[in-house]
Amino acid sequence: MTDAHLSPRNIPDRLQGRGARILKSWESLLLVVAIAIFLGNSLASPYFLDPWNLSDATFNFTEKAMIAFAMALVIISGEIDLSVASIIALASTAMGYAVQLGVDTPALVAIGLGVGLVCGTVNGLLITGLGLPSIVVTIGTMSLFRGLSFIVLGDQAFTGYPESFAWFGQGYVWWVFSFEFTLFVLLAIIYGVLLHKTNFGRAVYAIGNNQTAALFSGVRVARVKFILFLLTGLMAGLASICLTSRLGSTRPSIALGWELEVVTMVVLGGVNILGGSGTIPGVVLAALIMGMVTFGFGLLNVPGIVMSIFIGLLLISVIALPILWQRARRRLAH
Amino acid sequence: MKILKSLMVTAAVAVALMANAAHAENKKIALVVKALGIGFFEAANKGAQEAAKELGDVEVIYTGPTSTTAEGQIEVINSLIAQKVDAIAVSANDTDALVPALKKAMDRGIKVISWDSGVAKEGRLMHLNPSSSPLIGNMIIKLAADNLPEGGDVAVLSASATATNQNTWIAEMKKVQGNYKGINVVTTVYGDDLADKSYRETQGLIQSYPNLKAIIAPTSVGIVAAAQAVTDAGKIGQINVTGLGLPSEMAGHVKSGASKSFAIWNPIDLGYSATMIAYDLIGGAEAKPGAELKMGRMGTVKLDDNNEGAMADPFVYDASNVEEFAKIF
Repeated sequence: MTDAHLSPRNIPDRLQGRGARILKSWESLLLVVAIAIFLGNSLASPYFLDPWNLSDATFNFTEKAMIAFAMALVIISGEIDLSVASIIALASTAMGYAVQLGVDTPALVAIGLGVGLVCGTVNGLLITGLGLPSIVVTIGTMSLFRGLSFIVLGDQAFTGYPESFAWFGQGYVWWVFSFEFTLFVLLAIIYGVLLHKTNFGRAVYAIGNNQTAALFSGVRVARVKFILFLLTGLMAGLASICLTSRLGSTRPSIALGWELEVVTMVVLGGVNILGGSGTIPGVVLAALIMGMVTFGFGLLNVPGIVMSIFIGLLLISVIALPILWQRARRRLAH
Repeated sequence: MKILKSLMVTAAVAVALMANAAHAENKKIALVVKALGIGFFEAANKGAQEAAKELGDVEVIYTGPTSTTAEGQIEVINSLIAQKVDAIAVSANDTDALVPALKKAMDRGIKVISWDSGVAKEGRLMHLNPSSSPLIGNMIIKLAADNLPEGGDVAVLSASATATNQNTWIAEMKKVQGNYKGINVVTTVYGDDLADKSYRETQGLIQSYPNLKAIIAPTSVGIVAAAQAVTDAGKIGQINVTGLGLPSEMAGHVKSGASKSFAIWNPIDLGYSATMIAYDLIGGAEAKPGAELKMGRMGTVKLDDNNEGAMADPFVYDASNVEEFAKIF
């Protein structure tokens, strides 16, 4: 009990009741932060509370959030996937190449998702098949996948996507609700159900808390992990379709550095970077917070570096506050 | 009756106030750069602020992403659209990827131009090039000739043999060579934009042409290497190195005398002109092939068939101003 605070990853295991409360407070905290940022932005800029402006702002985070849902599951299971941004680049390059051959929109979507799945399979096989650490494997494939698109494209760009393809990144389902935002909401529900309401979700938590115990409890660890890497690959493919459609072109530098923004989103959402805990609502809130901060600061023409500093501080405080709060509680209890 | 009267007065005052507010409202011109914190663009902002001061009713919003990504610039452009700016003048990180976002801006009545680094034709009203190939070709030989009243042998140190920019400039230079009496271009060598190869090629030139009076290097890598080679060979005063270079890299060589003068675009003028053109377009000027747009103290820019225009001759840097600009870029 006394050494519990030294390794936070064990807390949910041993102190189920308190662990649940801490998680709850984590999301409440995020919700408070999100509301505060929303109000702050509304007061600071007369342009913030405009449905169309807010709709435009959602594009700042929707694509990253799609990947963040799958990434959350991977991180909860105790692994990480740093190759997602490079999968976007490779999938986009493949789609761009296909466009030059005259392929139409449905086939382009299939190619985007297909390349994502293939990349996810490569990661999954190396990690679960050969038992290599995921951080090493995905740092490797991060260079590999983007390297391939650099070989294909060099300093060139693929353009000329069909008109109908533009809908994924620029189209609206109803009124101000873009296709991307609708997809974001749908995926949030799907991943929320998958993680919190299914046996698969329980298995993910079990693996993240204690892989050996999970294995001996009959959880098929390798299979679950393989599926998780397939999912991040698939989501990266999906994000690639949306981003490529939004940009209307492909360059090998597309989505450069996004893997860290996705991981930031997940960790800000309260997912333990060491695995074992975290929720989808937390990630949704984190996505909204990051999107609103970026947009709100943009409206005030605050230089981008200030935004990075703000997100960094937010990240540290959101992680530090529950731990500090828990310590304070324990001290009071004694 | 009394109430009605006071109501009418209030309404009249309110209308007057609103009209006044609308009248006093500044035109917002956004100068979007590749990334913040780059000296070249900070200098362009200086020029834009100068233009704003001169015009009076303009507010310049200087902005850009933290790293040179197209995605970052799109986020910036989206927030500018939301702020309902009047014009966006962008130096693009990606020719194509910005097009959808900029098209949206134009759909909402924002005047979009690109400068320095251009956007594909459908994503902007016009593009402002800092200079043009004929102007650059003429300037590089003029710089050599200005310091050679008697004429003499001149050699060219280029980048690679396949470099499109350099080849175009050298071809343009040769077209106007006849205007500079006594200037004899003896050869063109290629340093491939590598410091060591450019240095060795220059050494070769010095040995092969004992009467060499000037070296023209229309590349920022080559000009520095050539100036160093001339210095090391003890030929300062005999061979003048000139061409296109960056003030920060060339300041030392101008001071030592290895280079009397060189040229490159002036970022201050570029930011100034972009702002002036944006203002002209807000004021109702139309960007179409053949149109002439106003650039304040820089004169006018004439648009070609692609709605592109060249600002001016490359700006000449010598001992009198190189130190000042070396701090900028």
